Amino acid sequence: MSFRGRLSTFLVLLAVVVALAVYTVNTYFLPQSGVADFTLAQPAGAPVNLTVQTVGQINFGPHPTWVSYLVQDPSGQWLHDTTWKVPAHTRINVTVRQYDSGSPLRNQQWGKVQGVAGNVEILNGKPISVYDSNSGNGVGHTFAIPTLGISVPLVAVDPNATNICSSAPCHSDSVSNTITFSFMSPGPGEYPWQCFVPCGLGFLFGNGGPMSDANYMGGFLDVVQ
Amino acid sequence: MSDTAPRPDDAPVAAADGEPRHFARMIAIWLMLSLILDPLFYFLVGPHVPPGTMTSTAEENQFDFNILIVIALPVLIAVWVYLGYSIVMWRAPKSGVADPVGGETARTHLGVQAAWIAITSVIVLFLAGFGTFELISTNGAGGGEGPNPIWTPTAAHILPIQVIGQQWAFTYRYPTFGGFETKQLMVPVDTTIAFHVTSLDVIHSFWAYQLSIKADANPQVDNVAFTTTNHTGSVTVRCSELCGLWHGAMFNYGQVISKQAFENWATATEKANASNTKLLPPFAWTYVPDANGADGGYYNDTVVPYSPSEVYGAKQPAS
Repeated sequence: MSFRGRLSTFLVLLAVVVALAVYTVNTYFLPQSGVADFTLAQPAGAPVNLTVQTVGQINFGPHPTWVSYLVQDPSGQWLHDTTWKVPAHTRINVTVRQYDSGSPLRNQQWGKVQGVAGNVEILNGKPISVYDSNSGNGVGHTFAIPTLGISVPLVAVDPNATNICSSAPCHSDSVSNTITFSFMSPGPGEYPWQCFVPCGLGFLFGNGGPMSDANYMGGFLDVVQ
Repeated sequence: MSDTAPRPDDAPVAAADGEPRHFARMIAIWLMLSLILDPLFYFLVGPHVPPGTMTSTAEENQFDFNILIVIALPVLIAVWVYLGYSIVMWRAPKSGVADPVGGETARTHLGVQAAWIAITSVIVLFLAGFGTFELISTNGAGGGEGPNPIWTPTAAHILPIQVIGQQWAFTYRYPTFGGFETKQLMVPVDTTIAFHVTSLDVIHSFWAYQLSIKADANPQVDNVAFTTTNHTGSVTVRCSELCGLWHGAMFNYGQVISKQAFENWATATEKANASNTKLLPPFAWTYVPDANGADGGYYNDTVVPYSPSEVYGAKQPAS
């Protein structure tokens, strides 16, 4: 083969390798989601309404069987984004639509509502400050921002219900619990949030998989001025 | 300045045919600097060396660091003096050829070799002995001693605090106050504390910096570390064992407060947390987490009873 032929072959192979590398990094290593921005067109000082849902399996993307959070952007569209940009020193009204089943908490300490207004969450219209995860359907997930002292148990749905959501985004025709609570956003900064239920089924201690990927059961509250 | 290479037989002490006594000069400079800088460091910088003096272990660790630095400083000065002296005395002339390296002048010198071996051996052996003594005399120097500590404090009243590591937060249980669990680390001043460190999942490490406490948190292991608080202040707690995605966010803050303030806080928190405390597993030194994911909580291991050696005031543990 001539020099030009060898060079062409080399360049083609190089391009293939680079393309594979870019695809691999982009698919498996880089965040798959963007930022849900709640600061756009937000009147100064007005409360931010943050609506999220937790689903038993997301059913799309590189890990379709993984459990995940989704967020509803201001236009009402459900996004697989776990970085939520909110304004500083603003009341954040959170609504969680919890579509997943659950279990007793590994540490019942996370069954206590902490760090939010009144240390109370509203579960399907009823205020609670502590949820006994060994009773009822248990807890599916928690929403916690440890650096802000926030921890809210998300009570699970009946695992035997016939209309359990099996594919995200879930809608109101599936069984769900609605949990609401409020908190004040702090000063600017990035505040990690996470779930304290080891819900990475199939992984050691349940904290692998979706619990160890910032795009599923954890992310950042990106607080900006 | 001399352009003449040292003669083979002039190091380290000889000063033949007008050659300066280089070795003696260097020793004099080194000794003078060491005698000045060591006390300056110890008395001016030493009191500010981390981790401070908030606890007995912090104070002892600060003392240990200062001793190490006082010993290391002359070694550092020796290297710098030799380097500086060499640059000044034996650098290559601006014109002409540099002195040759090697040959007779670079041959080994028995006295220097023997002195090097002797001095470094003495320093290392002293430090080994000093370190061991400091470890024993300070009840483990704030490090985790495992479930059966051999260096225990003699205080009549020891407050036990259980530290529970989990991905990704530390929580604390106070067995002498009904076994309530909280995310806040509150500690009374002038009190001997026994930290019982364990984990519900992977290996973490409880590092309360200003308390100078650092103990691994292993699942199903009760790792005990002791200290005595000297004065009030803020405490930063970090996980110092890479434990997963949010390891970097696994930190919180605590306070060393007055005894009365602690009693008030503990009593109020015990009352406020009562509805959740009754749902927790009975207090135990370790717990058995479910390894299969979300299905199930953590359980009292029912193995080790509460240690009667740790009695805080008239209070007895919840178990």
